[in-house]
Amino acid sequence: MENPSIVVDNISRSYGPVKALEQVSFEVPKGELFGFIGPDGAGKTTLFRILATLLLPDTGTATVEGLDVVKDFRKIRKLLGYMPGKFSLYMDLSVEENLSFYATIFGTTIRENYDLIKDIYRQIEPFKTRRAGKLSGGMKQKLALCCALIHKPAVLFLDEPTTGVDAVSRMEFWEMLRRLKESNITIMVSTPYMDEASLCDRVALIQDGKIMKISKPEEIVAGFRHQILAVRSGRFFELLTDLHGFPGIHSVNAFGQAAHVTFDKGVLPVEALRKHLVAARHEDVMIEEINPTIEDCFMELMNTEN
Amino acid sequence: MNTILFIIQKEFIQVFRNRMMMPIIFVVPIVQLIILVHAATFEMKNIKVSVIDLDMSSSSRKMVSKFQGSPFFLVKHTSFSEKEAQTEMKKGNVDLILQIPYGFERRLVKENTAKVQVVVNAINGASAGLINAYTTMIILDFNRELLIDWLTPGMLAATQNITISTSYWYNPKLNYKTYMVPGILCLLVTIISFLLSGMNIVREKEIGTIEQINVTPIRKVEFITGKLMPFWIIALFELAFGLLIGKLLFSIPIIGSLWLIFLSAGVYIFVILGFGLLISTMTNTQQQSMLVSFFFMVIFILMSGLFTSIESMPVWAQNLDRINPIAYFIRIMRMVMLKGSDFHDIRESFYSLVVYAVAIISFAVWRYRKVT
Repeated sequence: MENPSIVVDNISRSYGPVKALEQVSFEVPKGELFGFIGPDGAGKTTLFRILATLLLPDTGTATVEGLDVVKDFRKIRKLLGYMPGKFSLYMDLSVEENLSFYATIFGTTIRENYDLIKDIYRQIEPFKTRRAGKLSGGMKQKLALCCALIHKPAVLFLDEPTTGVDAVSRMEFWEMLRRLKESNITIMVSTPYMDEASLCDRVALIQDGKIMKISKPEEIVAGFRHQILAVRSGRFFELLTDLHGFPGIHSVNAFGQAAHVTFDKGVLPVEALRKHLVAARHEDVMIEEINPTIEDCFMELMNTEN
Repeated sequence: MNTILFIIQKEFIQVFRNRMMMPIIFVVPIVQLIILVHAATFEMKNIKVSVIDLDMSSSSRKMVSKFQGSPFFLVKHTSFSEKEAQTEMKKGNVDLILQIPYGFERRLVKENTAKVQVVVNAINGASAGLINAYTTMIILDFNRELLIDWLTPGMLAATQNITISTSYWYNPKLNYKTYMVPGILCLLVTIISFLLSGMNIVREKEIGTIEQINVTPIRKVEFITGKLMPFWIIALFELAFGLLIGKLLFSIPIIGSLWLIFLSAGVYIFVILGFGLLISTMTNTQQQSMLVSFFFMVIFILMSGLFTSIESMPVWAQNLDRINPIAYFIRIMRMVMLKGSDFHDIRESFYSLVVYAVAIISFAVWRYRKVT
C-alpha cells in the first residue's frame, strides 16, 4: 500500500487480566472510509483511543499520517479529528460557542474552514444559540462532527457515532461521511450496527480484541460459503432447539423474529425441514431462502473462531 | 496566549451560566460574615449560677450580690441542698454551683480566712476555664472590698499594694468581631477557591469533555492556567467584597496596606487552587473530589488558628501546621489588618506561601496527564 494514512502493527493492550486488544494489525490508505464492526466490548474504543493518542499500547506500534502515536503525539493531535463514543462537548455552552471554542484551541476560526463543515453546520445553524445540552441526539452528533472537523483534520476517528441515534439521523450521518470522503479525509468509524458495514469502503470485523477479517463489505458477503434459510414459526424459542436436531445443519442463529439456518452448499432441504418442524408440532412455519448479510458472515466467523 | 484567554472566557461563561453561582458569590459571604462573626464568640455572658448559701450572713449575701451584679452571671437557682443544685447541673440548667459553708462570716472574722466551694460544669473545657476565671475575679474583688471595709485608712496605706493595669494592644476593646472578621474572610476565600477548583477538572472528566480536550494540541500548562485564572479572579473579588462588608457592617479596622493584603491573598489563592487542582487530577468523580476536599479543609480550618490559638497546640501539631496554608494566611491577614504590619513583618509567612504555591502547582501540573 502506498503512503497509507493509518498503519497499525501488532498492537496489544490489556486492562489487568482482560485483553482488550490482541496483536491487531491493519493499514488504511488515504481517503478511505474504514469501518470497524463488532459487538460491545470487542476492543473498538480501546483501539480508537490508542490511535487518538489518549492511551498507550502495551506492545506494538501505530502511525497516523506517518507519525508515531506514542512519540509524535503532539504533531498527530494537530491533524486529528476525534469524536468519542460519549457526547463530550460542553452542554452548558451554545452550539456556536462550542464550535468556536474548538476552532480557537486548534488555532483556527469557523470562517477559515467553513467550507468543510458547511453542509453539516447549515442543518444546526438555526439553533446556534441553543445550549448543546438541549439539542436532540441527532443534532448533537452533527455538532460533534462539526467540532471534530473544524480544524480540517487529515484523519477522522469516529467512535460509534450512530449509537443511540434514530434510523433517519443514522442514514443522514452516513450520507455526510460519504460526502466528506470527497475532501480526501481518511475516516475510521466504528459501529455495532452490521447494516452500516455495507456503507464503508472496507470493514474490519472485530471480536474479543482480535480482527477476524478485513475486506470490502461485498467481498465479505461473497466469501460466505454457505446457503441460508430464514425460518419462522409461532413458537420461536422451541424453534431454535428443534432446528439444532435437524441433520446436516451447519449453524442456527437468531436474527430478530427469524432463525437463520445455514447449510453447506448443495440442494437446500426445504421440504424435509418443514416436515421436521411440523412433526415437532410447530405451526405457521415459514421458510425462505435469503442472501447472506454482513451479520451472517460475522456470526459464521465468530462460530469458527470459537 | 490567545488560547489561554479563550479558555478563561469559556470558563467565565460556564461559571455565570450556572444558576447557583451568583448567589454563591454574593450571598454566601454576607451570610457567613453576619452569622459567624456574631455566633462564633468566646465571650461568656449569662453564666447560670446556683447558689447554696448555708451561712446566710451579711458577708455571704454580699458575695452573692456581687455575682448578681455581674453582667456575666445570672443567679438562676438558690437552695440549701447540695443535691438539688447538682441535679440542676445534671439537667444542664446551671453551669456553676457556688456553695458558701455555714460559719463563713464567723471564720472570716475570727481566723481571717474562709472557704467557699465552686463547682463548674466542665463539659466544654474552654468555657469552664473562662467561668472559673470570671468567678475567681469576682471572689478576689470581694476579698479586696473586705480588706477596705475592715482596715482603717492608715493600715490600708501601709499594706503593700501592686495593681496591674491591663491594656489590650491591637484590639483595645477586646472586640471579638475585630478578631473574627479577618479569619472568616480567609475561610470564605479558601472555601470558594478550594471547592471551585477541586470540582472543575474532575467535572470535565465526569461529563467526558476532557476526552475531547485531550486530543487537541492544547498544552496542559495552557489548559490549567486557563482553568485556574477565572477562579483566582473570582476569589480575589470575593475577598474585596468581604472586606467591604466587614468595613461597612462591622467597621473592622484595616490598619495595614490593602495592597499587601491583596498581594498575599493572590499568592495564597494560588496555593489553594493548586491544592484543589491536585485533588481534581487524582479523583474521578465530583463526589470523590468533594469528600477529599472536605477532609483536608476541616483539618486545615480547625488547625488554622481561627478558633483556637496555634501557640496553645502541642508541639507536633504546631509543626504539622507548617503545611497548613490557611494558618499562614490567617496570620498574615490578622497582622496586616489589625496590627498594620508591613511586608518585612510578614515576610516569613509570605515566602512560605510563595514556595508552597510553586511546589503544589508544579506537582498538580505534573500529575495531570493527558494520556492514560
